[in-house]
Amino acid sequence: MKRIVASAIIAISIGGAALAAEPAGGTLNPQPAGASVKVLPAPAQPAASTASAAAQSAAPAKVKTNKTITLSMFALIILSTMGVVVWAARKTRTAADFYTAGGGISGLQNGWAITGDVVSAASFLGMSGLISLYGIDGFMYSTGPILGFVTILLIMAEPLRNCGKYTMGDILCHRASAKPVRAAAAISTVAVSTFYLLAQMVGAGKLMQLLLDIPYKVAVIGVGSLLIVYVVFGGMKATTWVQIIKAALLLAAAVLLSLLVALKAGVNPIRFFADVVNNDFIQDHVRMAVLKHPVAEPGMDYGKRFLQPGLFLKNPLDQISLGLAWVLGAAGLPHIMMRFFTVPNAKEARKSIKIAVFLMGAFFIMTTFLGFGAAIHITPQKIAAMDKGGNMATLLLAQAMGGGEGTIGGDLFLAFVCAVAFATILAVVSGLVLAASAAIAHDIYVNIIKDGKADQREQVRTARITSLVVGAAAIWMGIAAEKENIVALVALAFAVAASGNFPVIMLSLFWRRFNTAGIVSGIVVGTVAAIGLVLVSPNMTYPKKVAADARKVADALEKKKASGVTLAVQEQKALDKATADYRKNKDGKSMMGLDAPLFPLKNPGIVSIPLGFLAAVVGCLAFRDRRAEEMFDEIYVRQSTGIGIAKAAEH
Amino acid sequence: MTEKAYDWAAIAGHPRFKELHSKKVAFMYGWWAFSAGCYFLLLLGAGYTPGLFSIEVIGNINVGYLFALAQFVISFFIAIHYGRVADRDFDRLTKELVEQIQ
Repeated sequence: MKRIVASAIIAISIGGAALAAEPAGGTLNPQPAGASVKVLPAPAQPAASTASAAAQSAAPAKVKTNKTITLSMFALIILSTMGVVVWAARKTRTAADFYTAGGGISGLQNGWAITGDVVSAASFLGMSGLISLYGIDGFMYSTGPILGFVTILLIMAEPLRNCGKYTMGDILCHRASAKPVRAAAAISTVAVSTFYLLAQMVGAGKLMQLLLDIPYKVAVIGVGSLLIVYVVFGGMKATTWVQIIKAALLLAAAVLLSLLVALKAGVNPIRFFADVVNNDFIQDHVRMAVLKHPVAEPGMDYGKRFLQPGLFLKNPLDQISLGLAWVLGAAGLPHIMMRFFTVPNAKEARKSIKIAVFLMGAFFIMTTFLGFGAAIHITPQKIAAMDKGGNMATLLLAQAMGGGEGTIGGDLFLAFVCAVAFATILAVVSGLVLAASAAIAHDIYVNIIKDGKADQREQVRTARITSLVVGAAAIWMGIAAEKENIVALVALAFAVAASGNFPVIMLSLFWRRFNTAGIVSGIVVGTVAAIGLVLVSPNMTYPKKVAADARKVADALEKKKASGVTLAVQEQKALDKATADYRKNKDGKSMMGLDAPLFPLKNPGIVSIPLGFLAAVVGCLAFRDRRAEEMFDEIYVRQSTGIGIAKAAEH
Repeated sequence: MTEKAYDWAAIAGHPRFKELHSKKVAFMYGWWAFSAGCYFLLLLGAGYTPGLFSIEVIGNINVGYLFALAQFVISFFIAIHYGRVADRDFDRLTKELVEQIQ
């Protein structure tokens, strides 16, 4: 048993790293993308109007930060969070202290911490970037997470608080045989956390590289070392406070930026949207870079088009599949689940989600002001020139709103927003490492290997050592996966959470006949289906397709050459590259040995979630377990009332 | 943790518990279905009826933006409403139940 679990975890980690090694346009893009991020050829395209020509020639290669100010802000964040760690470390004595801060976090604090746990750098920088480049589709994107939290609020928060202790395994093994269930729960927890963590680490490395001009490796090691210190010494208490501090900084930055943008439009939303529609740069950008119309189509208003859906999210079925993963997956994310165990009772759990819904909702609404504001004041051309995924939009906007490049105000505001992004990364990765460590230390080591016979001292020591190992693994994988496909990894984390975790939690809370066999088959099938479908989906690189695309470019250029036109230096280079790409890829196969994707969607949820439910039900019916049915009344009463769990609050 | 032994089946059959549970389930699943329904309407609308979403309502602000914004309003409303109902009804029923079985 132990060996099986250990090898499964290793297999998943290696699978994650292999998937990560998949070459792709690794932008810091937000969440699972429902459509491919088209590479914007903005700067290379021949300028069609003087407007875009001006914007392009003025575009600097990267954001210029004032190093002294930026580094002092970073130092301030590191120092203040380290202060929190020292304080928290002194109060962390028992396993309950380490995993749940002893259940002593208030609903208000937990609400802020959940916001800090969920809103990643991808949401902070990526969503506003998407809006600045693709208009309203970026905003459509941000409705998913908030709906995920309505699911958590209404269906999961109170039952989880009433039935759980430290991990998902605790909830599931109430009336099932503990070892196989804990093993399965630990594996899916580690899988989800690994995929998510990997995406965050790579994003963090790339962002720090851009902001501080330091090598990628140094950035990943720096972020990783800090997170290890937070989690190993401070446990849940320190992690919670790092998340609270980060959420406060994040909202402060968003409010300040939105206010400044609103002031520029005379605090008039109608004028603000008119500014977007009538902006020459935005119109040019939509026409040339997004829709690729070299000549304006008659009757087409490219400014209005920016406010209409369909520029980024192109396949509706993929969107619905992604939407399902959002609505059900957020509730199955182990690092979010873990946050419910930090409050003393269901009432506080409810309150914390309520607060989180408000904070996150306010934040996502503000991203429209940031995104459209950046499009108006910076121009999409400039934003795309710095980073094709748009991740620099918020930073450039801060610089411009502070007074512009090189001014004290601009430098200060830019440094502040960079520091917020830094704090954001630290808060999110700490929560993930804590959740993965809890699954390994509490479920696998203490409850499977030691049969639950470990004293507090040993439990805390195990938890700390595990966190250290998980943190070190995160650094190692982060470095190995520099050129990874972040979008596919986050899609995978959500899909596994929604397909593997959500069905079994729901069924064990609400279905009398549910039992061990159902839990294990549900988790295994849901997880494997989600991973398997992503592996054969269009998220992967298909060399034959790359070759075909290269062939097309080469053909077009060769035709031009054959017609007697001398190619420009750049065009000749493009031709050489396309020919080389074609040769390199024409006989290649994808990682799974395929020529083309077997599964047409990028998001597997629409198939893998029903499969997870089906497997759970079939597995359960195949092996009837009377004991589990008899014990249902207990979990049924508990999840609804909290009777019998009150003691857990006092640990 | 010293846990008192409860007769779970008896509590599950208690009329107060039944009342609490059916009220909770009706409320929670009802509102959940409503919010999820609105969300998928947004996705479907954006995908299949872009014409509808492009109609301008106030100035250049169109149906699509307002509908997306409405998702947030719905979430805020559910959060407040649920908090109120839970504090008023569910907590009271739970308290009464706990008092009666002890």
